[in-house]
Amino acid sequence: MAYRWKNTLTRADATPYEEYVNRRQLMGGAIGLGLVGAAGMARAEDEALVPNSWDDITQYNNFYEFGTGKGDPAKNAHMLTTEPWTVVIDGMVDAPGDYSMAQIMETMTIEERIYRLRCVEAWSMVVPWNGFELADLLNLAGVQGGAKYVAFETALRKDEMPGTRYPVIDWPYVEGLRLDEAMHPLTIMATGIYGKPIPNQNGAPMRLVVPWKYGFKSIKSIVRITLTDQEPPTAWNKALGHEYGFYSNVNPNVDHPRWSQATERVVGGGLFAGRQDTLMFNGYEDEVASLYEGMDLRENF
Amino acid sequence: MLIDGINSVARKVPTWAVYIVYLIPVPVLLYQGMTGGLGREPINALERELGEIALQLLVIGLCISPLRKFAGVNVIKFRRAIGLLAFTYVVLHLLVWAVLDIQSLERVWADIIKRPYITIGMAAFVMMIPLAVTSNNRSVRALGAAWRKLHLLTYPVAILAAVHFIWLSKGFQLEPLVYLTVILGLLALRVPALLRKVAV
Repeated sequence: MAYRWKNTLTRADATPYEEYVNRRQLMGGAIGLGLVGAAGMARAEDEALVPNSWDDITQYNNFYEFGTGKGDPAKNAHMLTTEPWTVVIDGMVDAPGDYSMAQIMETMTIEERIYRLRCVEAWSMVVPWNGFELADLLNLAGVQGGAKYVAFETALRKDEMPGTRYPVIDWPYVEGLRLDEAMHPLTIMATGIYGKPIPNQNGAPMRLVVPWKYGFKSIKSIVRITLTDQEPPTAWNKALGHEYGFYSNVNPNVDHPRWSQATERVVGGGLFAGRQDTLMFNGYEDEVASLYEGMDLRENF
Repeated sequence: MLIDGINSVARKVPTWAVYIVYLIPVPVLLYQGMTGGLGREPINALERELGEIALQLLVIGLCISPLRKFAGVNVIKFRRAIGLLAFTYVVLHLLVWAVLDIQSLERVWADIIKRPYITIGMAAFVMMIPLAVTSNNRSVRALGAAWRKLHLLTYPVAILAAVHFIWLSKGFQLEPLVYLTVILGLLALRVPALLRKVAV
């Protein structure tokens, strides 16, 4: 690994919550009166990052295995048994096999990462994750020389996941990363939020977090990780290939076919929340742009 | 017996009661939106609730004629109220989308021309305008037979609205498909009569 990523955003940097809320309400009121145009739009990078509230993060979720409504995961995810939990790591690794969650948690060092989360549906949050770098887990299994991609798979349990009784997409949910993306120090496996164990609706016991990609790339409740030399299939790409590419990097200049990706609304702002400009690579351009040097990002959306 | 009962109740219920009952959700939803009752992201929730009520009203409106024809239930006096309420909810849905969600005229316009699901949603709204404008006794008298033809636009409006709903959903979702199926079913019920009229 070239370097370990240092979290530059801490809670100490953040605007005190009350002040932040007041500011948002002021803005919202102004928008309601039609006083604020483009000039009133806050740029995410200018504003100190404030983690969303626990309730925002745990009650507004996309986890279609538990239903397609935003509140369905919070309602239904308690049905998922997360203990014991085993993750199969296989494919082009030195030590393939079953890794128990307990074993993984014992080996890994947990740290906090405050990241922006940008959903492909043009809403966003800031989440204080707890987790470890995916690279550390992959190194534990020993990545073999020929491996080029990492494939991930979510648990599929029809009796515990009511949403999977309908063919909303082709279950199980699968995702993939290029190996260099997977090994990037920003890429983590999250096992907690706000210092608490990660709730089921957020992907317990372990989910991927790739902060510069749209949220659906950050696959939840992972049961299998496979190292491969072929680009793996990904769930949304299989369902709607012209809308969801393999890369799915956050990019305000490349619109979703059905909506603009130029702006986003931060969840939790209430009925009069403003929109803010979406940042290239979700604000992680300095860290990750080099991964895609020379690539046409419109072509490789 | 049951049908006679329904008809006699319908005769007694004044149409303004339908307006009152169906306008209650507006302040309720606004209140919920301001106080967290619509979840963590109330703008989308409000947009969706208003759109869905509008679609439901369109479906109810389309049921009224077949109800009389096939079941003998006569609730036709409520049809204008149902139609105007549907239009009201579409207007509110559109306003929430433009003012609270998109927040800029430029982007609203860009979405209307660039996003097919929004284009057809707008098309449905535009087609409803002449229907709302002619929903009064004077227009019915003035337009005569043309009024009936004009108001058949309700079918394409409902179909476009259902397609709009299907199109904005991610993945294969059941609910919007149910609406389209019901609307197409209601249309199918009227096709024989319409064909006869065209033939004559």
